[in-house]
Amino acid sequence: MSELPENNPDKTYDVIVIGGGHAGCEAAAAAARMGAQTLLLTHKIATIGEMSCNPAIGGLGKGHLVREIDALDGVMGRVADAAGIQFRMLNRRKGPAVRGPRAQADRRLYREAMQTVLMEIHNLEIVESSVEDLEIGMTKGHPEVTAVKLSNGDQVKAGAVVLTTGTFLRGVIHVGDERIGAGRVGEPAALGLADTLERAGFRRGRLKTGTPPRLNGRTIDYSKLELQPGDDPPVPFSYLTKKIETPQIDCHITGTTEASHDLIRVNIERSPMYSGQIKGVGPRYCPSIEDKVIRFGERDSHQIFLEPEGLNDNTVYPNGISTSLPEDVQLQLLETIPGLEKAEMVRPGYAIEYDFVDPRELGPTLETDKIGRFFLAGQINGTTGYEEAAAQGLIAGVNAACRAFGQDSLIIDRSTGYIGVLIDDLITRGVDEPYRMFTSRAEYRLTLRADNADQRLTGTGIKNGFVGLERSQAFKSKMESLETSRQMVRSLSLTSSQARRNGITVNRDGARRTAFDLLGGYGLKIRDLTRIWPELGDMSPDVAEQIECDAHYRGYLARQEADIKAFRRDEALAIPIGFDFLSVDGLSNEQREKLEAVRPVTIGAAARVPGVTPAAINLILIHVRRAKVNAYGLPKTA
Amino acid sequence: MTIVALSSGMGRAGVAVVRISGARASKALEEVVGFIPTPRVATQATVRDPKSGVAIDRGLVLWFPGPASYTGEDVAELQVHGGMAVVDGVLAALCGIDGIRLAEPGEFTRRAFLGGKLDLIQAEGIADLIDSETEGQRQQALAQVSGSLSGIYETWRQQLGEALAYLEAEIDFPDEELPIGLLPNVCKRVSTLLIDLECHLADDRRGERLRDGIFVVIVGSPNVGKSSLLNVLAKRDAAIVSSCSGTTRDVVEVRLNLGGWPVILADTAGLRDSWDEVESEGIRRALQRAETADLKIVMLEAAKCIDVAPQVRTILDENALVVINKIDIQPMVDVEMVEQLQTWPVSVVTGEGLDGFLAALENRIEEKMGYREAPVITRLRHRTAIEECVLCLERFISDIENIDVTNAHIELGAEDLRMAARALGRITGKVDVEDVLDVVFRDFCIGK
Repeated sequence: MSELPENNPDKTYDVIVIGGGHAGCEAAAAAARMGAQTLLLTHKIATIGEMSCNPAIGGLGKGHLVREIDALDGVMGRVADAAGIQFRMLNRRKGPAVRGPRAQADRRLYREAMQTVLMEIHNLEIVESSVEDLEIGMTKGHPEVTAVKLSNGDQVKAGAVVLTTGTFLRGVIHVGDERIGAGRVGEPAALGLADTLERAGFRRGRLKTGTPPRLNGRTIDYSKLELQPGDDPPVPFSYLTKKIETPQIDCHITGTTEASHDLIRVNIERSPMYSGQIKGVGPRYCPSIEDKVIRFGERDSHQIFLEPEGLNDNTVYPNGISTSLPEDVQLQLLETIPGLEKAEMVRPGYAIEYDFVDPRELGPTLETDKIGRFFLAGQINGTTGYEEAAAQGLIAGVNAACRAFGQDSLIIDRSTGYIGVLIDDLITRGVDEPYRMFTSRAEYRLTLRADNADQRLTGTGIKNGFVGLERSQAFKSKMESLETSRQMVRSLSLTSSQARRNGITVNRDGARRTAFDLLGGYGLKIRDLTRIWPELGDMSPDVAEQIECDAHYRGYLARQEADIKAFRRDEALAIPIGFDFLSVDGLSNEQREKLEAVRPVTIGAAARVPGVTPAAINLILIHVRRAKVNAYGLPKTA
Repeated sequence: MTIVALSSGMGRAGVAVVRISGARASKALEEVVGFIPTPRVATQATVRDPKSGVAIDRGLVLWFPGPASYTGEDVAELQVHGGMAVVDGVLAALCGIDGIRLAEPGEFTRRAFLGGKLDLIQAEGIADLIDSETEGQRQQALAQVSGSLSGIYETWRQQLGEALAYLEAEIDFPDEELPIGLLPNVCKRVSTLLIDLECHLADDRRGERLRDGIFVVIVGSPNVGKSSLLNVLAKRDAAIVSSCSGTTRDVVEVRLNLGGWPVILADTAGLRDSWDEVESEGIRRALQRAETADLKIVMLEAAKCIDVAPQVRTILDENALVVINKIDIQPMVDVEMVEQLQTWPVSVVTGEGLDGFLAALENRIEEKMGYREAPVITRLRHRTAIEECVLCLERFISDIENIDVTNAHIELGAEDLRMAARALGRITGKVDVEDVLDVVFRDFCIGK
């Protein structure tokens, strides 16, 4: 932590990150790992790493993102491991591709761990200040950000700027019919930067999200509630965490009653969502309790997970009753819920409306098309969730450093990671509700697993120079033993009669089967085979798990690999920068407008723009080839 | 670019229709007729060359402002007299305007497709409608254009999307209170869909046959009158006929319209043991054609019909119609059945018995590809995609049987459905993940 050096106001940073939320932390850490002199500017240093919504990290799709961030040596996984007080592997009984790690986190521990990690990075400075404006210069006729202007009038120069202001852009909080302009409760909204973005002509939209009331845990009667224990032993997020040291706790589950639903129906007119006071679009997957009661009237109860906010914090986050009903209705609502009858409300639930920037304004590195060297990451791009924000932060941070240094950028495609799916969805499809990751969004789901994120990504990170020594050594030794073991299971084999003698029922076809074959088709695990081949017993558990996964999915993985090849072929067909989509004959006006808004950089991405047909892609392909022939001419648009 | 073309047939005609489509259609009208008529009202006008001001013709002009037009763009139509000079003059005048060029073949329909006015199946239907030669083909193509085929495929796409959504809900929302029994529900949906798809496939290639024509082949011993029958049916001398046996050495094909059905009728070399190399090759081809044909007309000679040559005997099956020719030479012996097949005694020379045989042939053709209520597969492209979809769904059923109470293989089932959806998507457009999520959030109360 430091003050800006006042005697040297002209100090230049390679990368400036604005905002200390989950995107900002990851962006700053990533830029610094790239070797960039990095400055993190935040309203309030004490709230760096704050979990402003529910105190949990991970889940389906989200847990995959955390593993990928970790594989790229990001900080979220390690911080969550330090702060996690209850770990659960979701879908544990389903196949490995759809298992997602999740943890309840102690909010204070999370914040502290995050702040500690950031403070330890020597080429990262953290300064408390609000940013009012950007300084824009022109390079080769294209606007580029050159510096940021602070509220005290100072200017700080930067090679690239990452903006991660979350819901702070024109944030408005609604509690019943009360309205407060703010980012989070008690913190001012960022108005100056909103004007900056507006002046630059960024297309913006409005979204909303909600939170439940916070409760005093000591006033909850847990005696009659269902217990939800965590996994034992807890499985960490980070590949580097050997063991979870933080004490583990249980959670509890309750639910709404008919009385709750009657109360909500009677008071529905007092919810700003229904009175029309809120115009922003809320997420379908995170409806308010008002929404649930109105839309699913036949249900007699809706589940509520009581999530403790910390080991030494009595606050409880009742996940499942996010609401913007007036405070008095919220109090009455609690009285109708088993265990919460006498619960004290620490803070009422509220809905928040905020501006986001149409992410179709961004390229695959998260740099904006309109202003060079200017990157956006996190909730400002229309996403929701800490993990989605952090993943974008990492990509923006690395690429901001690449931009500052004039290096090649880092792009992760849809076949390589959920991070790629996330960014590609944002920039080619845009959003009309807060975007959240689901495993169903990944077309190569069986390949993109939480267990193999390191194999998919860590090598890329090492090559690009932002993976630390500890991880790269651990990764290399794991890959070596994995390779040895893979060869072993494919070389060990037996005949059908030998298999039957060992109690494995196979067809008497005289064919030899390898250990890998037996793992795939007969529901066997490595440890089942050690009886036949004792040498398999030397395999470490994580390597054994990898090989079991590969065997489990092998037929499907082979088919998926063929799809991925086709996908990469289309991704390799670049559309030149400045390509004029409006000039393509035969496209409908609607298609032209959509393509012009998205400005896809590959033929593959163009094909994913909603409403763009295969025939349209053919036309674009022809034009791109023609444009290449005329490549010596100037592009029609900048 | 704005495109222009003669949309009616080439050559002299009473009326010729010149169609213009694109952003400059209105400018084109201003230049050549001097005004923009009321939309969709036929208005009389003089068509002039805009450069010289010379009148080319007087005719009707129609104005269809986009998007309510065939292509979705602004469209204008000029109906002028159908003389070559008039049409050439109008086209030359229009193409002289900046930003207007002659359309490529099929470009209007392609623009309609790109503009979202037609889906791919309908666009294919239009091409078929233009190409259709017979009543049966016309009906089928029109049904396709009007969207009944698209409707079926679209329904399947939706059903598949919903089944997938239910599985995805089970995968992506393990902590939510989802209804019990989602998996059996999905299995039921998929099984029903699978039956529908299989029925659709088991159409005996009816639609493709109607589109491409049904293959009918005439086979028999040499010199029984096969070529003469072909000529009678084709009403022209398509095959060379002589009294020398072995005159036809290769397969001779004619396209004809029998009772409204498109037929490709083939005459083949007579079947016998031959030492002649060329003739042997002809016989080999004849047998090959007989094997792949939809229907076979097996010709015998009245005098020899008790003693059927062994090569002929091998091709007698339920797709064969046995014709006994030359009853004018040899009075008809009492043969009603050959190898349990009904026979038609005829004389190709006098025409005796031919009407009865023709009626029977048309009946059999109609059975093979008669237009039925349910729309049918019209293209190999569709069939391949549906077959692949069926394969994926069958794999789903077998994967799902392995799902125990713990759902251990549920993601494999989902993968099968995704691949099935992708296969079907090649005909209908893709099952988008947003559609899937829409169903999830519509049908289940998700969200903590």
